[in-house]
Amino acid sequence: MSDPMRIRAQLKDGGITEVRVLMAHVMETGQRKDSAGATVPAHHIQSISATHNGKAVLSAQFGPAVSQNPVMNFSFKGGAKGDKVTVSWTDNKGGKRTDEATIS
Amino acid sequence: MKSRNWFATITAACLSLPMALNVVAQQDAQKEIERYRQLLADGNPAELLEMRGEDLWKQKRGPKNASLEACDLGLGAGKIANANAVLPRYFADVDRVMDLESRIVHCQITLQGFTREELTKRPHSLTVAERQTDHEALTAYAVGLSRGAAVNLPQAHPKERESFLRGEKMFFFKGGPYDFSCATCHSVDGQRIRLQDLPNFQKPDNAQRAFTTWPAYRVSQGAMRTMQWRLYDCFRQQRFPELAFLSQASVDLITYMGVKAKDGKMDSPAIKR
Amino acid sequence: MNLQRRTTLKTGASFALIAAAVSAGVLPTSAFAQWNKNAFDAKTLNDVVKAMGGTTAEKSGDIAITAPDIAENGAVVPIAVASKLANVESIAILVEKNPNALAASFDILAGTEANVGTRVKMGQSSNVHAIVKAGGKYYVATKEVKVTLGGCGG
Repeated sequence: MSDPMRIRAQLKDGGITEVRVLMAHVMETGQRKDSAGATVPAHHIQSISATHNGKAVLSAQFGPAVSQNPVMNFSFKGGAKGDKVTVSWTDNKGGKRTDEATIS
Repeated sequence: MKSRNWFATITAACLSLPMALNVVAQQDAQKEIERYRQLLADGNPAELLEMRGEDLWKQKRGPKNASLEACDLGLGAGKIANANAVLPRYFADVDRVMDLESRIVHCQITLQGFTREELTKRPHSLTVAERQTDHEALTAYAVGLSRGAAVNLPQAHPKERESFLRGEKMFFFKGGPYDFSCATCHSVDGQRIRLQDLPNFQKPDNAQRAFTTWPAYRVSQGAMRTMQWRLYDCFRQQRFPELAFLSQASVDLITYMGVKAKDGKMDSPAIKR
Repeated sequence: MNLQRRTTLKTGASFALIAAAVSAGVLPTSAFAQWNKNAFDAKTLNDVVKAMGGTTAEKSGDIAITAPDIAENGAVVPIAVASKLANVESIAILVEKNPNALAASFDILAGTEANVGTRVKMGQSSNVHAIVKAGGKYYVATKEVKVTLGGCGG
C-alpha cells in the first residue's frame, strides 16, 4: 500500500489558500535499466485531483519526468480556516491514494 | 620605465579580464546554486518519512508487542523532543556513549524484543527506488523533533570526553590507498567536491552547518540518509575499511563533530543535492 | 434488511449512471481527467500543443516561470509557473530536451489561481517551456535551466 501524502493548506492574505502536497511515489521513468540490464518498467503517478469542501479546485496530470516523491503547489480562493482540502492520485499501475488536510 | 609600465599594465589587464569574468561567473553560479537550494527547502520529502517514522514509533511491534514511546534517548523515558541535539552522550544503563541511531536500536531490542542481528542487517535502503527502511523512518521522526534545538553535547562524563578524543584522533588519522584523513578535506578552507563546499570542522560555523543538516534527504538518491550512513559513505570515499554500523568508531566521530558544532541549531532532516 | 447489499446496489447503479453520463459527454471529466497519453508521448513543443487540442502557441510576456538558472541536480528541478492572462484554463510544464517533452499539466478550475509548481527531472541542460491555455488560445514562455548533474542516471 502507498504511504500517506503530506498536505499543508494555509490561508494567506487576500483570502488565498496555499496548498503544498508531498507524495510518496517512486516515479520510475521507464528509461532506467536495472543491474541485470533489463529496463525497469515505468511506474508513475498519472492523475491528481484536489477538492475544497467537496468542490474540485485542481486536476493535474503527471508524466514520468516529475521527480521521485513529487511535490506540488497550488492555491485557490474561497477557503476558510477549518475547511477540508482533499487530494487523490492514481498511478499507471492502478495504485491510488487519498488524503485530507484542514486549512490552517 | 614609463613605457614598460604601460605595457605591463595593459598585459595585466588583458590577462586578468578573462580571469575576473571567470570569477564573476563562478560567483554567479554559486549564487544560483544557493537559490536552487532555497527553492528546494520548502517541500522536503523527508517529511513523508518522518510521518511514517512517527507511526512506527507509536505502533506496538516486536515479540514484546510494545511501542517505542517509553524509549529513553537521554532526556528521560518518552522524551524525544530535542534529544538529538545532545547526542551522542553517556548512558548509565549500558555504561557507554551512544548516538541517536544506536539508542533507537537499543530501545527496539530492550522494549520491543527485536534482535540486534535483524535490526543491523540492512539499516539503510541502498538501491534506487528501494523503500526506505524502518530504521531510516524511526531516525527521521526522532531527529525531526529536535528542529531548532541548540547543539550541546554533554562532555562531563569521562567516557564522553574519551569518545570525543578518540573521534578527534580518527578525524586526523591518515591512511588508506590515498593516504587520506577526514581532516585532509575537512580542516581547510575553500575545499569542494564538484559544487559542494566542504565544511572546515575547525571553524564553528562550518561545523554547525554540517552537523545540524544531517540526516538529510538526498535528491540524487530520492531517499533520506542518516548520520551513520553519511560517515559510512565518507569512509567508502576515502577507501577506508568499512565503517561498521553503530560501531564505537562511528559514535566517536559523531561525538567529535557534535562537540565542534556546539550552539548550532538543529535543522534536520535537511534536503541536499 | 441487508443494508450493506442496498449500499452496494446503489453504488453500482450510480457507477453505471456516471459511466453513461460521461460517455454521453454530459459530465465534465475534470475530477480525474483521462491521462493524455498523446501529449505525454510527444517529443516537441508543437506536438504537445497539438495533442492538447491546439494548433500553435503564441509567445507571451504574461507568463512567469520561476526556476533556478542552474540546478545542482537534474533529478529534482523546482519549476513554478504563474500567469496574468485572463481566463486561464490550464498550465503545462515542458522540458525540451527530455525524451518526452511534457512533464506535467494542471487544469485551473474556477477559483483556482493560475500559479502552480512542481519538481521535474532534467536529463541535461535545456529550455523549459510553460504552455498556458487561456480563453481558448495557447501561449508559451521559455526559460533556460542549466543542469550540473543529469537527473536520469539514478
